[in-house]
Amino acid sequence: MSVRAYRIDRLGTLLSVLVAVALILLPFVVFKSNRIVPGEPKALAAVLPTWATIGFYACVLGVAAVAIGLSSARIRFVASLAGIVASAAALAAAADRLTPLGNKVVRVAPGAGFWVLLLGLGLLTTDAVARMRLAPAARVLLLVLVLFVAYTTLADGIFDNLSIMREYAVNADRFAVEARRHVGLVAGSLGLAVIVALPLGILCHRVPRLRPGVLGTLNLIQTIPSIALFGILMVPLGELATSVPLAARLGISGIGAAPAATALFLYSLLPIVANTVAGLRRVSPATVEAARGMGMTPLQVLSAIEIVLALPVILTGIRIVLVQNIGLTTIAALIGGGGFGTFVFQGIGQTATDLVLLGAIPTVALAFCAAVLLDALIEVLDRGKR
Amino acid sequence: MITLENLTKRYGEATVVDDVTLTIERNSITVIVGTSGSGKSTLLRMINRLVEPTCGRVLIGGTDTTGEPAHLLRRRIGYAIQSHGLFPHRTVAENIAVVPRLLGWEPARTQGRVKELLEIFQLDPATFADKFPHQLSGGQQQRVGVARALAAEPEVLLMDEPFGALDPIIRTKAQEDLLNIQKRFNTTIVLVTHDIDEAFRLGNRVAVMSAGRVLQYGRPAELLTQPADPLVARMTGVADRAMKLLSLTTAAEAARPGSSDGPAVAASASLREVLSELLWQGAASASVIEADGSCKGYLTVEAILSHGHPS
Repeated sequence: MSVRAYRIDRLGTLLSVLVAVALILLPFVVFKSNRIVPGEPKALAAVLPTWATIGFYACVLGVAAVAIGLSSARIRFVASLAGIVASAAALAAAADRLTPLGNKVVRVAPGAGFWVLLLGLGLLTTDAVARMRLAPAARVLLLVLVLFVAYTTLADGIFDNLSIMREYAVNADRFAVEARRHVGLVAGSLGLAVIVALPLGILCHRVPRLRPGVLGTLNLIQTIPSIALFGILMVPLGELATSVPLAARLGISGIGAAPAATALFLYSLLPIVANTVAGLRRVSPATVEAARGMGMTPLQVLSAIEIVLALPVILTGIRIVLVQNIGLTTIAALIGGGGFGTFVFQGIGQTATDLVLLGAIPTVALAFCAAVLLDALIEVLDRGKR
Repeated sequence: MITLENLTKRYGEATVVDDVTLTIERNSITVIVGTSGSGKSTLLRMINRLVEPTCGRVLIGGTDTTGEPAHLLRRRIGYAIQSHGLFPHRTVAENIAVVPRLLGWEPARTQGRVKELLEIFQLDPATFADKFPHQLSGGQQQRVGVARALAAEPEVLLMDEPFGALDPIIRTKAQEDLLNIQKRFNTTIVLVTHDIDEAFRLGNRVAVMSAGRVLQYGRPAELLTQPADPLVARMTGVADRAMKLLSLTTAAEAARPGSSDGPAVAASASLREVLSELLWQGAASASVIEADGSCKGYLTVEAILSHGHPS
């Protein structure tokens, strides 16, 4: 008879050790007397009452124990989620206690210790979600729930004394504008890319001779560094605006949204074209042969059989582009394209880390949401197909 | 009746089908048999214009098939292939309903037809209609593939190695099913295979192809007794040709009036099977019994042996 050995979870152990080291060596919060001066690191014990500090560390230890010793995905999920809530609460409490009432000048920013803790807990949560093997709809529902909770706590002002929210309060109007521009640039370039890349992919599939040339060219474009591509595009688009008045009236110019959207569009082509070709190639020749033999017109074979069967792979390409473009759009701010990158570059210019975070965190959140949504969609479409 | 007139297909320098003229009888099974690369599949695919001939023409019921768009022609012709080609993203019922839907049948009529076909192919509609192809066994997939080809009640059914992917036991069953289906719907079937036994078993007429040409076209017994070409004799097999000949005649066809004390054999059994049974039992004669239990007559070993002689 074999006795099942007690299993220690490797990922849980690694993350627990990492977080423990970080919490011991790195500050939990950073206190600054104003926006620009270097901060003064603070340990949690120095800020919160003893009982709260002990309670918080006990909670973190509990999560670590679950992460190391328990294999139930549900318990791991609940524990890591509880850990995130506790960390957020501790951070908000620390900010409240360090900020004198009514003072809008001092800044309390999350310290490196907090970030490592959050990273560890975030990884544990996503790992637990993956192990639960949730249905696509359940994953989307979970995402909506998390977004709802995040939104209500932010709207409630629980984190208002935190430096990032201070930056948000100052920039609230611009934040809404840049968010719309960011999403607009991503959606516009992606939409245009799909319209162009899908037929191009189909063409490459049908005419194999074209494939090396097209994919090679797109590959080349992909290797141009984004900043260089923005720069390269400034000249021709500027010329276009000066020589064709209509183009200028449509808002095309050497800087701004036009070169940004163009560059994003160009970067979007390769993943979609390549995945369209790969997806169509995955369709069994017997299936296509049967479809033709049944009397489907060429268009029916393409739309009802080939595209539908290739869709999960094509969508995987679109997912890559979506996440890639959400990140790349930040750089568009360099040439006046707008978007969350505006805050990032402004923050770098002013050495105001909090402002950088105001641009970076929504970008990451946006990319994460897009990935979850598209993954769910792909999984739904890929069911029962093999 | 399908008439192939001087059909030729060339790809560049290579002639795949070389000036083939054939008349395929209505309401029968015609088998085109040949080794791989003999052009048999290309010949078949020229009938429903999946391959357009380089020259020559195909007439179905006296009408040239190029008179209408190819996709409309194909909706009138059933087509079943070796790897069944079922649409993996559609259920069994949706797969079978493809051509009726293309033809714009009423949904109720389509549904009724799907149910009827599933029952004919011994696939319980309640269990199988909503399954996806990957949830079926190879034999079930193949049956759905044939059911789909028959869905719109085509007069002509083309089959390209339809049983090639099946194991021997399931293949025998599928061949029996096909013979029954052919009797039931009176479909004109053109079937391509590389298996000479399958050709003899199924074909009312068999065309032997090699290097793009039809070497001989005739009844199975003719191919055995009067091979027109040494290659035909080689393909049909010289060593056991007498036994093959016996397998082409049923007990009912050879039975003599009267009765015998020997073992009872089914009227549908081939003489080869009856002889084997008699050898096994050490008996000299057998009585031939119809499916309804009545006695059709009797057969002696000598009478059977005379059928194995080419005369």
